[in-house]
Amino acid sequence: MKTYTVQNEKDTRSGFGAGLSELGKSNPDVVAMCADLTGSLKMDAFQKEFPDRFIQTGIAEANMIGMAAGLATAGKIPFTGTFANFSTGRVYDQIRQSVAYSGKNVKICASHAGLTLGEDGATHQILEDIGMMKMLPGMTVINPCDYNQTKAATIAIAAYEGPVYLRFGRPKVPNFTDPDQKFEIGKALMINEGADVSIFCTGHMVWKAIEAGHILAEKGIDAEIINIHTIKPLDETAILDSVSKTRCAVTAEEHQMNGGLGDSVAQVLARKLPAPIEMVAVNDSFGESGTPNQLMAKYGIDTINIVEAAERVMKRK
Amino acid sequence: MIDVQHLESIASQVRRDIVRMVHAVQSGHPGGSLGCADYFTALFFGVMDHRPQPFSMDAKGEDVFVLSNGHISPVYYSVLARSGYFPVSELATFRKLNSRLQGHPATHEHLPGVRIATGSLGQGLSVATGLAIAKKMNGEQKHVFALCGDGEIQEGQIWEAIMFAAHNKLDNMIITIDANGRQIDGDTKDIMGFEDLAPRFAAFGCDVMHMDGNNMQAVVNGLQEAKSRCGKGKPVVIIMQTEMGYPVDFMVGSHEWHGIAPNDDQLASALAQMPETLGDY
Repeated sequence: MKTYTVQNEKDTRSGFGAGLSELGKSNPDVVAMCADLTGSLKMDAFQKEFPDRFIQTGIAEANMIGMAAGLATAGKIPFTGTFANFSTGRVYDQIRQSVAYSGKNVKICASHAGLTLGEDGATHQILEDIGMMKMLPGMTVINPCDYNQTKAATIAIAAYEGPVYLRFGRPKVPNFTDPDQKFEIGKALMINEGADVSIFCTGHMVWKAIEAGHILAEKGIDAEIINIHTIKPLDETAILDSVSKTRCAVTAEEHQMNGGLGDSVAQVLARKLPAPIEMVAVNDSFGESGTPNQLMAKYGIDTINIVEAAERVMKRK
Repeated sequence: MIDVQHLESIASQVRRDIVRMVHAVQSGHPGGSLGCADYFTALFFGVMDHRPQPFSMDAKGEDVFVLSNGHISPVYYSVLARSGYFPVSELATFRKLNSRLQGHPATHEHLPGVRIATGSLGQGLSVATGLAIAKKMNGEQKHVFALCGDGEIQEGQIWEAIMFAAHNKLDNMIITIDANGRQIDGDTKDIMGFEDLAPRFAAFGCDVMHMDGNNMQAVVNGLQEAKSRCGKGKPVVIIMQTEMGYPVDFMVGSHEWHGIAPNDDQLASALAQMPETLGDY
């Protein structure tokens, strides 16, 4: 099992903020918008440096999405920022009609996704956002795994023409990917080559999968771990190549099982390469208040759950 | 100087287009379309500085129009075609399979003149607001016109946009409310008593004016006045009084013609009340 060095512990939202500030310098068309969560989204540096290209929308997310569509129509590249819940569920119809159906170059940037938002509880812990966004025709859905990758993804989506949903989170997590990486939308990343089981993971669950990989290695199981940072368009080739070798798959995500990464991987396998699959995800439930680690343990999306899923799925080969 | 008589003759043709389009597919929204025909004609053939050919999505250096109440697509399509955005003959494809003229306006099929999909109400005004911000950022001295229905303003997003536009002094916006007093289920005063519109928009920080929307001279004067009120720190709101279905005698005075199509006899009767001036498509 390949070993990764943790450079530091950092929140992915800070990676977004850092990427946005770089874009401010390099791309005069980039406009940042925020619905009264500038500090939480780490957009304050951009706001300070580029006040003429920062738009405070107030607590009015529907209007923010609509205005973003208008700015994109005029040739700007708007990045909207708010919590993932308010970025998706609250404004689904606005995204559907004004952004996706209208084909607007809007970057919907969403922090505090999933259970790891923690103590604020289920009202804010959206676990359905990937599903909602991936169902929209033409929408790109990205869920990077650490600070460095989120920064790289933020920079990459500005260069891509079309609507994007970029999902990241609140807590400090291990920052282990290359600080100079070039982010390629839709290209899955090999974390560890293995022969016994394929683990497809996304977002915060990538590090959990690496932890699981070490435990599995101690048990003599050689896990292949692949970071699916782009859930749509899905890197089907990477999935099929891996499963044709391992003949079984585990998916891991901080999301509902319905509509998430597991769903997407299962579709590909069912259509092209039927193989046993186990999904580590929240199972048709809302979250609750607690620390991120407590919640991941209680809702079954922790390191141990990936280990157990890998062992289970191998028996079904 | 804008030739009001000329505009009136165009509006008559636009109205013929509307009822013929809706009749041909037996679906669509003739009522609000007819009521707003004078406004659209004045805007696209007189007041607005726009360039139909070549169509540019970003509207840089142009005035721009956003239809927020997208269901009145027939009037929109007619003025777009008649002002040169696409061939008039294409009006015959309205609401048919493989057409660029979708039931509600869309960019998906790349119809020139349409910059945003609307239909789900309340969203277009936000898009117009975004365009107004962009024009300010670019230093363009151009206007953003938006049309909303008086039923549509029951949507909360409208007030989010109005709040934003006023707070941010988007004085390059001219927002017209089609105050026909009707919506699908009945009169707006009965559905959601909200008829005293001017003080509500004024309280939100807009510069509010009134306009008779079914009198071409009044529409031209009103829109010109609205332009002259721009640049003074407030978005301009025009409460435009119209009659749904105007001037077709059997359509006015009711909400019934919001979204139904005339039959053959009704079509003949309606066309007899609106002379053909530019040639039917």
